[in-house]
This record gives sequence, structure tokens and C-alpha cells, in this order.
Amino acid sequence: MSQWIPVCQYSQLTNGLGVCALVNGQQVAVFCVEGELFALDNFDPFSEINVISRGITGDLKDRLVVASPIYKQHFDLRTGQCLEDDSVSLNVYPIETVDGVVQVMTAPLVKQVA
Amino acid sequence: MSAKQSLIVVGNGMVGHSFLEKLVAAGGLDQYQVTVFGEEPRPAYDRVHLSEYFSGRSAEELSMVKEGFYQQGGLHLRLNEAVQQIDRDVKQVVTSKGQTIQYDQLVLATGSYPFVPPVPGHDRANCFVYRTIEDLEAITEGARGSKTGVVVGGGLLGLEAAKALKDLGLETHVVEFAPRLMAVQVDDGGGAMLRQKIEALGVSIHTGKNTKLITDGDGAVHQMQFADGEVLNTDLILFSAGIRPRDELAKQSALAMGERGGIVINDQCQASDPAIFAIGECALWEGKIFGLVAPGYQMAQIAVDQLTGKTDSQFRGADMSTKLKLMGVDVASIGDAHGQTKGSLSYQFIDDEKKVYKKLVVSKTKKRVLGAVLVGDADEYGNLLQMMLNDMVPPKNPAELILPQGDGAAPQGLGIAALPDTAQICSCFNVSKGDLVGAVAGGCQDIGALKAETGAGTGCGGCAQLVKQVLDNELTQLGVEVKKDICEHFPYSRQELYHLVRVGELTSFNDVIASHGQGKGCDICKPTIGSILASCWNDYILKNEHAPLQDTNDYFLGNIQKDGTYSIVPRVPGGEITPEKLIVIGEVAKDFKLYTKITGGQRIDLFGAHVNELPAIWKRLVDAGFETGHAYGKSLRTVKSCVGSTWCRYGVLDSTSMAIAVEHRYRGVRSPHKVKMAVSGCTRECAEAQSKDVGIIATEKGWNLYVAGNGGMKPRHADLFATELDDETLVKYIDRFMMFYVRTAERLQRTSVWMDNLEGGLDYLKSVIIDDSLGINQELENEMTHLVGTYQCEWKTTLESPEKLQRFSHFVNSDELDSNVVFVSEREQRRPASKEEKITLQELS
Ligand code: SRM
Ligand SMILES: Cc1cc2nc3c(=O)[nH]c(=O)nc-3n(C[C@H](O)[C@H](O)[C@H](O)COP(=O)(O)OP(=O)(O)OC[C@H]3O[C@@H](n4cnc5c(N)ncnc54)[C@H](O)[C@@H]3O)c2cc1C
Ligand code: SF4
Ligand code: FES
Repeated sequence: MSQWIPVCQYSQLTNGLGVCALVNGQQVAVFCVEGELFALDNFDPFSEINVISRGITGDLKDRLVVASPIYKQHFDLRTGQCLEDDSVSLNVYPIETVDGVVQVMTAPLVKQVA
Repeated sequence: MSAKQSLIVVGNGMVGHSFLEKLVAAGGLDQYQVTVFGEEPRPAYDRVHLSEYFSGRSAEELSMVKEGFYQQGGLHLRLNEAVQQIDRDVKQVVTSKGQTIQYDQLVLATGSYPFVPPVPGHDRANCFVYRTIEDLEAITEGARGSKTGVVVGGGLLGLEAAKALKDLGLETHVVEFAPRLMAVQVDDGGGAMLRQKIEALGVSIHTGKNTKLITDGDGAVHQMQFADGEVLNTDLILFSAGIRPRDELAKQSALAMGERGGIVINDQCQASDPAIFAIGECALWEGKIFGLVAPGYQMAQIAVDQLTGKTDSQFRGADMSTKLKLMGVDVASIGDAHGQTKGSLSYQFIDDEKKVYKKLVVSKTKKRVLGAVLVGDADEYGNLLQMMLNDMVPPKNPAELILPQGDGAAPQGLGIAALPDTAQICSCFNVSKGDLVGAVAGGCQDIGALKAETGAGTGCGGCAQLVKQVLDNELTQLGVEVKKDICEHFPYSRQELYHLVRVGELTSFNDVIASHGQGKGCDICKPTIGSILASCWNDYILKNEHAPLQDTNDYFLGNIQKDGTYSIVPRVPGGEITPEKLIVIGEVAKDFKLYTKITGGQRIDLFGAHVNELPAIWKRLVDAGFETGHAYGKSLRTVKSCVGSTWCRYGVLDSTSMAIAVEHRYRGVRSPHKVKMAVSGCTRECAEAQSKDVGIIATEKGWNLYVAGNGGMKPRHADLFATELDDETLVKYIDRFMMFYVRTAERLQRTSVWMDNLEGGLDYLKSVIIDDSLGINQELENEMTHLVGTYQCEWKTTLESPEKLQRFSHFVNSDELDSNVVFVSEREQRRPASKEEKITLQELS
């Protein structure tokens, strides 16, 4: 059963920066970009290490993205889709703030299959 | 609907195959039903590289045929079947299998055969030629029972064959009729030098020898008897005395032929019957047979053009310049190598010690290069060939083109940049400089991709060096020019952004993007502007507003490794370190189990720290008096030093003290790319200062300053910038150099590329820094003084801020470490586990 797990205070997040949360044994990268929250896998499929939370955020052609700090592939913060390789995407997780506490769902959003 | 025409190709050699590839590429299969006859048992292979068969390259690897090529519809390859007769009246051919086939168009690509002089005894057993894979198989077999071998013919192919015999373990001789080797391509001087070099390899050369008879040998299989009465005993004979066009079919069907053979063709590559084309080594154009593959490929293209409606294309002859490596000796011949043009002048350069011979032939007026011979060192081949082909004017003293480059002399000849786009770089595939430039711009950014895209360099290989030069030149250009905008968020180059930040006194990324950019930024512009802000104002880089701009290395003040851990490099100014400090490093490494390695920059790197551990490690180091080494930053790395006059018996100045002073002065200065420096105590140059961005070498009269060197991907020697400086002037010049670089370089541009791209290069830089031609030196010095005065050790500052330290944790909600980081032990230290090792470890646990 999927459930919400509290991970940190909203005030602990810095605009544009990521942190990594341990959610039910799973590593999730959490970002705050201009007030909006995002949660994705922390595992970078290209370098095969847990570093997505340490990437630089920004936008490319109007899509909000984070760049892997290792080989610099970009991932869409909303969908997890890799911009450089169609066949790769990260899981994205529901995330919300309740009374100043950030919480993340243990199960990823099920992706729509086109 | 009209049926397809029938096109028959006779011969499936290099040119015949190239013809088919070109025909397919031009869409010719829509128009023609093609039948190809090949006499040999296998489809086309690379005859040019035939000798590699001896060094283990298999017949399959020599094949020129891409998988599936002859399986496509409309193309029938019939091997082991020769065409024996052409009946031009009814447009039919008859094959060795007795088949009769109708053609509308016929292409003859029958190549040539090796000429064997009709000496009595030439057809004895263990006498061979060198043309096909079957020949090579027979030679290998024949060599098994042989001790000695003779090659008849000292031309290009003969020498190649001699190498083959040598490699097969035979005592090898070359017998040449002419008075020198490679008589066609090189002159007396070149031939003599070549002879010396080849004899030095253990091959005996006999020139001026006319073989009269081959008969039973004395202690060997054969005895060769020469016109001058001498004899040579040998077990194996290989004839390589020239080629003759295979024109039997032309003779049989009464096509026009040359007096000494060859199928006469016109500029359209048509034989005397317009339904018949002849291409490659069987064709005779304006009385000439072209015994190289590149002209054959050109003829193939012309024939394809004619057959597919591009009727204005013409064969206009081909350049026969060649460059080869014969038995490991570079030999090149360009244009009028013998200086036969009326009034031509020639220059020769002979280096008896290194065994180099070079000759240059220029026109009477010295306005054109006509030809050249290069033996022993053919590096200038590409340049000289291009100068000749493009009618480029040689320097005032043309001899400079072949003279060795003196120390510090300006590069001679022409840079690749000077070539026009129309210059042909690869003659095998007719690829121009413009074609290459286009492909590089289109994304072919390494030599492999460029070759695959354009075909350049995949034929005889003679153009490889030139292709590489074009690529390098373009990449260098692209580094600066592709797009001046650093990314989609800013329509500015780094240099322009630097200016906007400084003049507008902007102090945060938000200010910069609000006033000059759009969107939210990205992983390109954020670190760039972060670096510019630091170069201008020298704020602490982890301040909240700056932290999101930093790459992970700057953010965690360490270098990220392949497993997500970080490395630690304390600064060791000038490489000088006390035993106490060494012990501290050792203890810290031991306590935190860090892998320890001496770097290439005279300091010590500690690897494998989890982010959580970084503060505790650095606390220990800072307490012991260490500072961050900025191994992670685009900033000063190390100032390498030698031990200098303090200890060294040759040292003339105290290089170590100078290195420490310089390292202290410029540590922490953020710049467009990393900057490395070195100081040597005398001209023996043990600190390798001439390979650094800033190099300082002591002389009896003061310091010599070198700039813009680097190692790395494209090493570049530093240029001498100023000599005999006192300490104060030296530092002043470096201040100015550094700040001018910081102001005007592009993102990730090392000082070398930056300087080479400044209009006027080194001289311009001297005028700015030494003569103050821009009147900015005071400003530059003030800016540097500000940076020096506001330096702080980033680790020290970080350790003092509990809030910043909170960031050094893998999880925001747990103190656990990243379980994906796994170490194994090797040579008594730990290292990251490989994927396979991780899996095994997991299974065990
Ligand atoms: C540690 C060290 C290798 C070693 O074990 O010896 C090293 C390690 C790295 N080098 Fe280096 N280089 C090291 C000396 C060199 C040297 C030799 C020297 O400095 O005398 C060179 C050639 C000299 C030069 O730079 O001109 C060198 C040329 C490069 C280059 C190519 C630069 C170029 O202009 O082509 C890169 C790539 C880059 O910077 O973009 C690079 C990049 C790197 C990076 C940062 C690659 C990366 O992104 O991970 C490595 C960081 C590992 C780490 O965690 O520290 N490293 N690297 C050396 C550290 C020296 C130090 O004390 O700071
Ligand atoms: C060892 C060696 C090294 C060389 N090195 C170089 C070099 O470095 N650079 C360079 O430019 N050139 C070099 N050459 C020359 C180059 O190989 C030739 O220029 C090139 O192969 C010519 O191609 P072609 O198609 O005209 O002839 P070939 O490649 O000889 O092809 C002709 C084919 O037609 C077949 N054939 C002939 N008559 C008939 C018929 N009636 N019916 C059916 N098939 C027939 C033959 O069997 C042969 O397979 C070298 C050659 C050799 C042997
Ligand atoms: S040479 Fe390559 S692998 Fe070795 S340290 Fe430098 S960057 Fe890393
Ligand atoms: S010139 Fe022969 S491969 Fe380019």
C-alpha cells in the first residue's frame, strides 16, 4: 500500500537546490523550484549512482529540468523523461506540503503509456 | 513502362566495386539491372592494404564490401566467372562458363596484371607475383621451405614486397634494373637516402642489374645471372617489375588501344564504343595509365555520372603524388619531383645523421610549388601538396618549407586555416576541405565520425594527417564560434556577460538574468555566471544566492568520483610540505580509510569520502593549517616547483619560494577554465614550466616568463613572453595576464586557445600587458589586488557555518550513508567496487 512519508520541513529546502530523501528505503531526489515541489528517483541511470539530487536545476525550451551532475543529461522535473534519450526516464513521485512539512508518496506515479 | 536497361560490369576489383557503390548511391539501380563478373573467387578487397595480410589481417577483414551490398535487388555478382569475349555488334558478352549475356551499357574495370620480364626461367617453380590474395597464399607457402628471397623490381610495390619477404623470415634482396630505387617517384638524392635506410633494415639492394637468366641454383633453388656477369643464388623469386593493363577484351573486340596497351578512354571515361566505359588501371587517358587507386575512383564517379544523366562531368587527369611508409620509412613524392619543368629551381635538404632527404621544386619565379621529394620525414607532405594543388605562393625563401623548424621559430608553410574550402583533401574520395568543414559543423566531432560521414581517409590513407588537421582546426574554431550565446537563456558570450556584470555591478544570478536574460537558467549559464560573479566580487561561493549556481564539485568543495563519493586535495603550495603536515594527511587518510595517491600536480589526493564525512575530514586538515586546494574549481590549481637554488647545484634563483609566493597570490581566483603554473630554478626546467598556462624559469639575469602552455588533450608549449624580469615586474605581468584572461576568455577556454584566438595572438598580448596599449593595466592590477585581498579558504568559512554544514549529508531525513557506495580492497587500500563485484557482495550478504 502506498502512503505519504514526511521527509523534511519546507523551510529546509532552498530554491533551485535539491536534497535526497529516504522514502521507505527508496532514495528520492526532492527539488523546490520557485515554490513548486518535485520528487524523482535519485538514481542516475547513466552513471548508475545516486546523485540526481545534486544536479543543477533550470529550464530548457520551457521544460523544467535537472541536469545529472555526472554526465549532464537533463531530466524533466515533471515527468522524469530524459531529454537526450527517449528510452530513459526517472520515476516521479507525488509530493506535497502539509503544515510546513514536505511529504512524498512511497509509490511513483504510474506513467501514462502513450 | 520501359524495362530497366542491362548494365554489365567486368571486374570486381577496387575500382569496379567503387563504381557500384557510387552507382547505388546515385540511385542507378532504378534505371539499370546490373550484372557484375569477377574472375577472382572473392568479392572486392582492399589491394592497397594487401600486405597487411602478412601481418595477420584476414581476407574477410580486407574485404571492401558492406554486408548485404550484393544482396540488394537488381545487383547480381557472379564470382569465379570471367568475361572472355565481347560481341559489340549484338551487344553481348560471353563468359568463361559459356553463358551469353546481353548488355545495353558495359563497364570494363579489369585492372592490371603484374609484368614479368620474359627472362628465360621466369616460370620456374617458386617464382611469384604480388597482386592477389591467392598470390600471397602461394608466397607464404613457398617461403616455408626457403631461406633467401629476391624481389625483382625496386619500385614502390617491390619494396613493399621486400618487406613482406623480410617479415616471412627470409634473407631478402632487391634487384633493380634502374640505377636507383623508386626511380619513377624520387630523384637520385632521395633514392640514395632510401637505399641507406632500407639497407640498414637488413635488405640487400642491387641496382643497375639486368637479369639475363634464371637457372638451377648453387646451394639454393635458383641462380639469377645478370648481364654484368654477377650471380645471385636464391630460393624464391618475386616479380614486381611494373604493371600492364588488362586489355585482352579490348583487343579481342577491336576497341581503340594505346601503343603499349591500355583501353583508350575520353574525358567521359568512354572507350571508342560509346556503350562501353573503361575505368581504373585498365584505362588509358591521354596516353597515361594511372596505377593508383584514387584516380580510378575518380573515373568510377565520372562513369556513374554519365550513366545517370550528369553528362557534363569529366575526367581531367589526376594528381599522382604519393606518400607511403615503406618498411617503416616515410617516402613521399609530389608533382614534378624530378624538376622537369623548364626553368624550375630546386632546393635540397640533407640530414645525414637522421637520414632525412628533402627536395623542393618551385617555378622560375618562385611563385609556385611544383613538386617535392621527401624521404625519412614526410610530415610536410600535406602542406606541400596543398600548396601545389592550390597554387599558393610559397614564402620569400621557399627553402623554409623544407628546412627543419628552429627553436621558437614561427611555424612555416601554411596553416590548414589558410586553405581555401575548395582544396581537395582526400583524393581517393574527392573530399574537399569545405566538405569536411561542413561535416564537422554538422556534428562529426571526432575523426571516426568524420571518416564515416565523408569517406575521407578510408582509401589509401594518405590524407589522414590532413583530415585530422582540418578537424582540429574546426573544433578549435567551434569552441569559440559555434554560437557566441552561452545558452538559450543569455544572448551573450562569456566575455560579454563578464562585462555586463562588472559594469552593471551586478552581484547575483537573479540580477543578471533579470536584466540581461530570460527563463530560469540552466547547468551551463548558472556555473558560468557563478564563476564570473566570483571573479568580479570574490564572494563566498556557497552563500545561499550563489549555492544553486555551483556544479556539484564546487558545491561540496571536492571532486565527485564515479561512485558518488568525493576526493580531497589540500593545497600544498609549490609542492613543499613539512613532515608534520604529511603525517596529518596520513592520519586523516587512515582514520577515514581514504584511498591515497600522489597527484600529477605535486600534491596528495584522498579519495572515497562520503559527503557526510567531508566536514570532519576538513576540520582535521584546516586545524592542522591546510587550506582547500581548489582541485574542483575553475581556478588556480597548482604551482609546480623544482627545488631550485636552495639545494640544487645548478639552480640560479629560489624557484620554490617564488612558486609558493605565486600560489598564495593567485589561489582561489575563479577563471574561465583552470589555470596551472610552474617555476623552474634554471633552464634544465625540472618543473616543466613550459607546459603551463604561466611558466616561470630562472636565469642568471632574472625570470623568464612563458605563457599559454598546457598539457591535456592538445598539449601546447608555452610561448616566451618576457625575459630577465625582477620579482616585482614578474608578478605585475602575471596579474595583468590573469585578469585580462578572466575578462576576455570564453567559457572553458584554456589560456592557449584564448591567446591563439586573440587577433594578433602573442604579439597583441605583449602590447596589452607590456606596453599597455589599451591603457587598462592599472585597472587589471587593481582588480587582482582586490581578489588577492578578499581571498578566503572556502573550507574554513564553511566549517564556521553550522547552517552550511547541514548540507553535507546524503539524506535530508537520515544520517545513513548511501548504501550504493561499496568498496573493495586493492593493494592494501580501498577502491569503488565494480558493478559485478557489488552484485557478488550483495549475494553473499
Ligand atoms: C588527480 C589528478 C590525476 C592524478 O591522480 O594525478 C587529476 C584528476 C582529474 N583531472 Fe586532471 N588531474 C591531475 C593532473 C592533471 C594534469 C597534470 C598537471 O597538472 O601537471 C593535466 C595536464 C596539464 C594541464 O592541465 O595542462 C591534467 C589534465 C586534465 C584535463 C585536460 C585539460 C585540457 O586543457 O585539455 C581535464 C579535463 C578538463 O579540465 O576539462 C582534467 C580533469 C580532471 C578531473 C577533474 C576529471 C573529473 O572531472 O573528474 C579529475 C579529477 C579527479 C579528482 O577527484 O581529483 N585533467 N590533469 C591530477 C590532479 C593534480 C592536482 O594536484 O590538482
Ligand atoms: C600490393 C599492392 C599495394 C598497392 N598500394 C597502393 C597504394 O598504396 N596506393 C594506391 O593508390 N594504389 C596502390 N596499389 C594499386 C591499387 O591496388 C590499384 O590501383 C587498384 O587496385 C586498381 O583497381 P582496379 O579495380 O582498376 O583493378 P583491380 O583492383 O586489379 O581489379 C580488377 C579486377 O578485375 C578482375 N578481372 C580482370 N579481367 C577480368 C575479366 N575478363 N572478367 C572478370 N574479371 C576480370 C581481376 O581479377 C581483378 O579482380 C597497390 C597495389 C598492390 C598490388
Ligand atoms: S587522465 Fe583522465 S582518468 Fe586520469 S585522472 Fe585525468 S581525467 Fe581522470
Ligand atoms: S587520399 Fe586516399 S584516403 Fe584520402
